[in-house]
Amino acid sequence: MKLPRFVIPTLVAVIFLGGWEWFVRAEHVNDVLVPAPSQILKWFWDSLLNGELLSATWVTMRRLIIGFAIGAALGVPLGALCARVRWIRDTLGVLALGLQTLPSVCWVPLALLWFGQEESAVLFVVVMGTIWAVVIAVQESVLNVQPLYLRAAMTMGSKGWHLWLRVIFPAALPGILSGMKQGWAFAWRSLMAAEIFVVILTGFGLGSLLHAGRELLRMDQVMGVMTVVVLVGLLADLIFFSPLERWLRRSRGL
Amino acid sequence: MTPASYKANPLAALTLRNVTKRFNGAAGCVTALDDITLDVKEGEFLVLVGPSGCGKSTLLSLLAGLDQVDEGAIRLGDEPVRSPGRDRLVMFQQDALFPWLNALENVMFGLRLKPDLTEAERLESARYYLSLVGLADKEKARPHELSGGMRQRVALARSLAPNPRVLLMDEPFSALDALTRDQLYRDIQDIFTKRKKTIVLVTHNIREAVCLGDRVVLLSPNPGRIRQIFDIKLPRPRRINDPELASLAAEVTDALSSHLSSSQEGLA
Repeated sequence: MKLPRFVIPTLVAVIFLGGWEWFVRAEHVNDVLVPAPSQILKWFWDSLLNGELLSATWVTMRRLIIGFAIGAALGVPLGALCARVRWIRDTLGVLALGLQTLPSVCWVPLALLWFGQEESAVLFVVVMGTIWAVVIAVQESVLNVQPLYLRAAMTMGSKGWHLWLRVIFPAALPGILSGMKQGWAFAWRSLMAAEIFVVILTGFGLGSLLHAGRELLRMDQVMGVMTVVVLVGLLADLIFFSPLERWLRRSRGL
Repeated sequence: MTPASYKANPLAALTLRNVTKRFNGAAGCVTALDDITLDVKEGEFLVLVGPSGCGKSTLLSLLAGLDQVDEGAIRLGDEPVRSPGRDRLVMFQQDALFPWLNALENVMFGLRLKPDLTEAERLESARYYLSLVGLADKEKARPHELSGGMRQRVALARSLAPNPRVLLMDEPFSALDALTRDQLYRDIQDIFTKRKKTIVLVTHNIREAVCLGDRVVLLSPNPGRIRQIFDIKLPRPRRINDPELASLAAEVTDALSSHLSSSQEGLA
């Protein structure tokens, strides 16, 4: 008989978590440093009930979504410009390539000095995390659009904005989407770093919650927040990026 | 030749006068086309044939306006050809269908660029041309769901739908299997007789050239020049396996190989 695919992963998870629980309860390790899964779950439940977790998640998600939207909205036209104009590609394009390799947490000190411990500082870090990956992806995928499509469209009388909106962007969309996904991942990482490093006075996000857990020596809270961070990242992928990519690939037979 | 001394043939759709095109490559300056003078008559099926490197695809790019002449002039009717335009649509070697659009939307693409049509007229026209190429039931299909032959037929419908004055075809059959190709030869001739389109086809397949063309223009390479023009008087529809057609094709092939060997002696 063939087992359904989920059986083995579930079994492994149960054994792993059960073993962990037993290990802590048998006092092989100090439960202040390594909390048992049940303790993490209890924290999760309590902070869900007192609203702390939801409000922190909301604050963080709002920062992420706004920052990502700004970064993408700036990155797409800038990337298109890089692809279209040689000297912009040689200047801004090269700069983008360089800054993309800079871990965006490196922007945090600058952001604090420029904007103070405020929302705009976090947004700045998220935008910097998003924008360069998007610029590079748009530039590359526009430059890689098959010349044949352009020739065909041009002979049918397409030019200017029509050519950009009806041919170049649709043709470059798969590449642009994977750039967005990468930008999202960078933004998520940089936002966590910013929230953990810095006390942002205008809102208490997931990173702040994690940092507070450390200060209070509440490792159940630290690990609980880490779990939430992982879940949010996974959900964004499952709900947004993966279906979009699947649809794009299927509709084009890739 | 200056535009002032330019004499247009009133019967010609396309007129080429002393067209020369050079490319700067690694091996220095190459003359791809040298002093080509040719008229394509209204309603004529003209085939440019020759070995690779004879400049036939370059010539088609010039006619399409995707590339510019270095010397000479190309006119469509009274208008000089300088840029791509709806009056000269191109069917490429690969189908060049847009994978983000379905068959009907692909055919609509060119029609949507004609501002003087209503959306209903465009839709009607797109459906008409899809049925003309025998794909009425495939309008919702995406390019990847169609076979190579079907895709090339959608491309044909897309090029015909905006009703261009001239249809330019750049080896559109070369990537297809023999059976599909024979079917498309029949389709093209059928449409050509029904619609009275002016067509310029580029191919390296001499049998195909003789099967489709009213006139076959033989080009030779290094530099690309017109060697000979054959009038093909066979009745339509022609079949590719027709023995009379085969003997004409042999004649063209002989002409081509004699030109090639004489030019090689010239080089030696």
